[in-house]
Amino acid sequence: MKKINSLLPALLLLIFSCNSGEKTENNNGQAAKAEPTPTGGSAAIQDDVSKRNVLQIALASPDHSTLVAAVKAADLVNVLATVGPFTVFAPVNAAFEKLPAGTVTELLKPEKKKDLVNILTYHVIAGGYDIEEFRDGQQLGVANGGRVSIGVKDGKVTVNGANILASVQGANGTVHVIDAVLIPPSK
Amino acid sequence: MKIQLKKYFESNPMVPSKLKSGPINNKMLGLLFVLGALGGCKNESKQSTMLGTDDAASKVYVAPGKYDDFYMFTSGGFSGQVGVYGLPSGRLFKVIPVFSQNAENAYGYSEETKPMLQTSHGFIPWGDSHHPSLSKTDGNADGRWLFINENNTPRIARIDLKTFTTAEIIEIPNSAGNHPSPYVTENTEYVVAGTRFSVPIGEKKDVPISSYKENFKGLVSLIKVDKETGRMSLATQILLPPFDYDKNRAGKGVSRDWSFFTCYNTEMANTMLEANASQNDKDYVMAVNWRKAEEYLKEGKATEMHTPYYNNHMDDGTQSAVTEVLNKQMILNPKDCPGMVYFMPCPKSPHGCDVSPTGEYIVASGKLAALIPVFSYEKMAKAIEAKNFDGDIQGIPVLKYDAVIAGEVQQPGLGPLHTEFDDKGFAYTSMFLSSEIVKWKLGTWEVVDRIPVYYSIGHLMVPGGDSKNPYGKYVIALNKITKDRYLPTGPEVCQSAQLIDISGDKMKMLLDFPTIGEPHYAQAIAADVLMKNNTRIYKIEENHHPYVAKTEKETKVERKGNEVHIYITSIRSHFSPDNIEGIKVGDIVYWHVTNVEQDWDVPHGFAVQGANNSELLIMPGETRTMKWEPKSSGVFAFYCSDFCSALHQEMQGYVRVSDKNSTAPISFSLNEQK
Repeated sequence: MKKINSLLPALLLLIFSCNSGEKTENNNGQAAKAEPTPTGGSAAIQDDVSKRNVLQIALASPDHSTLVAAVKAADLVNVLATVGPFTVFAPVNAAFEKLPAGTVTELLKPEKKKDLVNILTYHVIAGGYDIEEFRDGQQLGVANGGRVSIGVKDGKVTVNGANILASVQGANGTVHVIDAVLIPPSK
Repeated sequence: MKIQLKKYFESNPMVPSKLKSGPINNKMLGLLFVLGALGGCKNESKQSTMLGTDDAASKVYVAPGKYDDFYMFTSGGFSGQVGVYGLPSGRLFKVIPVFSQNAENAYGYSEETKPMLQTSHGFIPWGDSHHPSLSKTDGNADGRWLFINENNTPRIARIDLKTFTTAEIIEIPNSAGNHPSPYVTENTEYVVAGTRFSVPIGEKKDVPISSYKENFKGLVSLIKVDKETGRMSLATQILLPPFDYDKNRAGKGVSRDWSFFTCYNTEMANTMLEANASQNDKDYVMAVNWRKAEEYLKEGKATEMHTPYYNNHMDDGTQSAVTEVLNKQMILNPKDCPGMVYFMPCPKSPHGCDVSPTGEYIVASGKLAALIPVFSYEKMAKAIEAKNFDGDIQGIPVLKYDAVIAGEVQQPGLGPLHTEFDDKGFAYTSMFLSSEIVKWKLGTWEVVDRIPVYYSIGHLMVPGGDSKNPYGKYVIALNKITKDRYLPTGPEVCQSAQLIDISGDKMKMLLDFPTIGEPHYAQAIAADVLMKNNTRIYKIEENHHPYVAKTEKETKVERKGNEVHIYITSIRSHFSPDNIEGIKVGDIVYWHVTNVEQDWDVPHGFAVQGANNSELLIMPGETRTMKWEPKSSGVFAFYCSDFCSALHQEMQGYVRVSDKNSTAPISFSLNEQK
């Protein structure tokens, strides 16, 4: 191996001077890629100037750490950072705790990803609704293909009976904080 | 490291095969590796094989002087134009001006081309171009014409692919939001269009918006294409319920007599569609039998409507656009025409409507649906025969979903929009919300691969992917958002295309390049199909422009009242005449510039100081006219604005403008020494 290692810098130089697409490793085991490098997706875009998007709002909220973990497990991080617009009903951590014991742990397992995606996309509307735009009795289509019903009574807004506790407007939509997890009806 | 090197050797054809297996001496390995790498550097043509099949750069590299494999035509979206790119390189060759004025080559500024942008609303300098559609023979692109729709002031343009210029624009009356357009039938019998926005039409147009359901109408238009000349004419319009008709595709093969449309807003909302047009769990795919429509038209089933509309076309002889104002539409009502139109229920606000290469499957993608429904033409035909209906809408039968559905692609991703096909039985669907392309198999409907795209893909395109014989080499993602993908250029950044290799089982991202305007859709055609017909020059003897000067001897300046016509020629490296006097303030001056060159790629430009207009760019053998109204007296310079020759900087002239009351006669000359 020694001899090869001593040759390596020269070899790598040659490879790169030819624009090799081979993925190689240098002595330190660091990956050196010459392939076009896909970025990390929308969520990885560095932008401190624009208003926060719905993903960033959720990430910054300590009350939503369970939701954020679920969004990550479901690979929906990049979706929520795209142009949208989105209306996200964001259950607080306490809402997840109200679910039967073990539910969250179960849903976070890789083999349950489809179910998790189904539940999470039941919380997202592909369309931006501010709190004032909700109407009592409104049926709104959500991203899992189903629909949720809005209630507006005495100035209080609910979605499938869950209370909207607060609303935060983001760059690509609005996050409505809710006190219960919305469970999609079984198909 | 050892494994990496071994892998390299196995895929390297320059390494003798006996070295590829068995124990390999480390020293020998290193030496060969160096030699191999050196070889790759010396010999460019072998680079792609040298570096293995994973090398994206070699797959898109088109060496200097070499040609691309495909022409790609992208819509310019809100630029109103069409972009012409090479694939796989992504090099931009040309922007074809279509619906927007283009100062670069005087399209819509010169007297010859201004009429192309005339409409029933007057001169419109801008358009919103959406879906390029290549003319077809037997379901495959034939390289004759490219059609493209304008969404805002409903129009369809025909681009001549010999010259890459806009040859005709037809306005579509009784229409708004010409979005499901302009998809051609299997042999370009028709270009088919529809209304995205329903509007009140006919006698009763000034109506309350709240009377939408009663007074607004949707329409499908069949535009006949002349087999020889390509000239378009409005054959018939089919009256429909006031839904939003979104996308359309002609059938082919078994379904060749049909066109399929996606419909949303079947709620018939006229406000806040974002919420109110998403109420129904099912909207529709509409099937229109154009062959039947043709028959009913012949049988006299149509009623007349009289809305003025324009048809503008370039006359090849005079090299000038001719405007015709027409005033008659033949309207068919499905109520009176059984068997012409059907609805098939389709989940949630479908957008894309795409037909598989055999014509058997119709894929409709519901933006808000969690699955992609695929309809079967054969089942549709059987259901029609068995009258397997679930009621009707305004006399149009609704077929039962279960009777027409072939299969559903489950959990494909979020926000499915459009589908194209390859030559191996796979379909590729773009996912707007989850920013990815999903590959799935026709027949089993199972998702076999997915690849992220950057970001927010709208349409996608496989070269020939809408035809009977797709080239299963690439899929191109046409993205709406680029954010951090390129060097930033302020708040406005480009949209993009991404080239993805689909020749293997797994899709592989190869290249990423910016596009002009918004690439709603694109079409690609094999380079050799188009190249052979390319026009290089306009023959000067075939130039029948009324103000042509075919030689310098024919040049002149004529006064007709306060109009002055300057017949002027350009050739490397002078204008004739280049000294002109006798023009007065208040005159309307027409510079008719004929480029008398007969040599490929020698256009001349023409610019004169103070022109409230663009330059002219005149191709060899062509005449183009600039209108110039000088505001003050003096001597003004004119010059060639396209670097044409070694003495381009000498290619200039002077025009003298005198006071309004001057009696100086017109005079003109070239090289008259006094």
